Amino acid sequence: MAKDNGFSKTPANEKVSGARAKAKGPSRRALLKAGGALLGGAAGAGAITGFPTIWAQEIKDIELRHVGVSYSVVKAIGDQASKDLGFKVTMQNLDTTAAINRFITQPDSVDIADVEGWQSKLATKRGILQGIEVKKIKEFDNILPIFTKGELEGHKIPREGISPYEAMYIEKPNSTELHDGVTDWMTFLPQVYNADSIGYRPDLIDHPVTEWKDLIDPKFKGKAAILDVPAIGIMDAALCFESAGLIKYGNKGNMTKKEIDFTADKLIELKKAGQFRATWTTFDQSVQLMAAGEVIIQSMWSPAVAAVRVKGIPCVYAPVNEKSGKEGYRGWCNGMALMKHLSGKKLDAAYEYLNWYLSGWQGAFVSRYGYYSPVPPTAKKYMTETEWAYWYEGKPAPSDITDPYGVPMEKAGTVRDGGSFVKRVTNIVCWNTLMDEAAYMNKRWNDFKVA
Amino acid sequence: MSGRGQILSWLYVTPLMLVLIPFFVAPILVVLAASFFQSDGFGGLIADPTFQNYTEIFSSKLTANLYAETIEFTILTWLFSLIIGFWVAYFLVFHIRNPLLAIGLFLLCTVPFWTSNIIRMISWIPLLGKEGLINTALLRVGVINEPLEFLLFSGFSVVVAYVHQLTIFMIVPIFNAMARIDKRIVEAALDAGASRLDIMRMIILPLSKNGIALGSIFVVSIVMGDFFVIKVMSGGGSASVVGALYEDVGVLQYPSAAASAVVLTIVVTLLVALILRTVDIRKELTR
Repeated sequence: MAKDNGFSKTPANEKVSGARAKAKGPSRRALLKAGGALLGGAAGAGAITGFPTIWAQEIKDIELRHVGVSYSVVKAIGDQASKDLGFKVTMQNLDTTAAINRFITQPDSVDIADVEGWQSKLATKRGILQGIEVKKIKEFDNILPIFTKGELEGHKIPREGISPYEAMYIEKPNSTELHDGVTDWMTFLPQVYNADSIGYRPDLIDHPVTEWKDLIDPKFKGKAAILDVPAIGIMDAALCFESAGLIKYGNKGNMTKKEIDFTADKLIELKKAGQFRATWTTFDQSVQLMAAGEVIIQSMWSPAVAAVRVKGIPCVYAPVNEKSGKEGYRGWCNGMALMKHLSGKKLDAAYEYLNWYLSGWQGAFVSRYGYYSPVPPTAKKYMTETEWAYWYEGKPAPSDITDPYGVPMEKAGTVRDGGSFVKRVTNIVCWNTLMDEAAYMNKRWNDFKVA
Repeated sequence: MSGRGQILSWLYVTPLMLVLIPFFVAPILVVLAASFFQSDGFGGLIADPTFQNYTEIFSSKLTANLYAETIEFTILTWLFSLIIGFWVAYFLVFHIRNPLLAIGLFLLCTVPFWTSNIIRMISWIPLLGKEGLINTALLRVGVINEPLEFLLFSGFSVVVAYVHQLTIFMIVPIFNAMARIDKRIVEAALDAGASRLDIMRMIILPLSKNGIALGSIFVVSIVMGDFFVIKVMSGGGSASVVGALYEDVGVLQYPSAAASAVVLTIVVTLLVALILRTVDIRKELTR
């Protein structure tokens, strides 16, 4: 996932369930609060109520502006943070394009920039960020090795595209070049990530889809759709073509001009043959395409699949586990970066905010729509056993599953598509990126659009 | 006398200048300057003047394709909104005897435009889709066996959405121009034995020409400068000049986006100039 246009209000169901959530809000929040107090009392409390009283007086006028895409910068999370921290956090949503443009052209209008790995690389080069001091991040040592070593359970996380690990470290607080491996300074603190693949209608496709090439199978002519965000749409296409054995890319995340040409020409050929019913840019569009019967297979995001299922329409998120050098998920990760202008109390508040993010409430929240926390043990404290078993362990849900706003989502006994956290994440083969040849790729993508 | 007159005229235009210069002229100049810069690939501009952004635009087949597609949508939208807008205005002015009722009906025409144009566009989707109202109805009646796919995510649906959004921009100026036609001219023509066709051709069309031109300017410049309707209603199947430019901004290629914007501004200005050649707007506005 990388881009929506502000029209979509991911996470899933926010619009649908807004009213219901409101009705249920107080009781649920009370419940969470109670639970949080109980569990947090043991371990999370330090992060949440760590201020001396005098300081609490001084910080109440502080306002932090956290700016980014709607699936990552979520109002409900900001509200909870404001409540727990005693200062005001304002969440502002922009689409990916508008966000990176704002960070770069008006850096002072943002306090916390929510960035993907490639955006962090860009912002670092432009010198608009300040390094995050690793030793001020309380949970840093518990952050998964995906982010500190580039591996998970001994499995090397591939670095096609820009993996979060690769874009996370700099040598000095004001470095403009990235550094390979852990240092004392971070460019951004990961907060949410996932593995993207294909969604399909199991009632209309006669076999379980586990390979990307099904998306370009002529059998589904006029019933397939692909993501129309050039930078990541082209990676989905590359996964398809590699899966079909048409080409082997050197690096799907940083193609050569020749590879871009091959991919674009192939896409144009498919388009002319009528393979694609549509392309989509926003979360809502993908849900509508699937729910309205326009398409039966398309590249998709995890909460979008859930949103289709909530409508009572069967939809599966294809487990595209890597096999013999083909297939695999496209990973993405958003994190928080500190803008250069932050200083003094505001900077202290920003660090408190970053620490609050890793303290569990937010991790649990995003997990309930299928995303992951960089520090799962803290998230676990805020999740029910059922939720943990379903979302992280890949076990059949012991009881019914609801989304973050309390709307019923899955029946007891359901197993998450793709299985456990480890299984899904270790099958990521490439990461969202901005290629060196991005300008050229964009032109070729437009050739595809206009063909 | 002339000195004082001059000062007075300057005073008259000052408020307009105060708005136009900072909010229109200055930004345009910035875009123009940026279009000659180079990009460092990370959102930075290198102030080393070059024509490269322009040579790339003019040497690329993509530009021709984008303009061909955008202009095709513009012409189709213009044609249909003109046909519908003209007849609606004609009906209101010449067939509704009671002027109060005519004004009332005219206001009624604007009611759909009280909602957001995004809503008006999106509401076509459930109507035109594969499992939409039209296809379901046709299937049930038995006129077709397979849903008609061209209805949605096609050039057809783009034009439908544009015409729905923009016809009002035709109705208003044409209604305005027609309302000023002295009905006695029509009566005199009838008395002199003119046919309905003659009256239309020799009286009504020439006298509502200004309205048509004004409406055309609105429609043409809006469609040429839009990308959202094309993106959504074509299901991403078509691109537009502005859409491509926006993708450039997305990868921080400001100079090439600026150059595209400058070229588009010139093209639209030329189109508007062409329309203005057919009428004297100033005369129309001061009449």
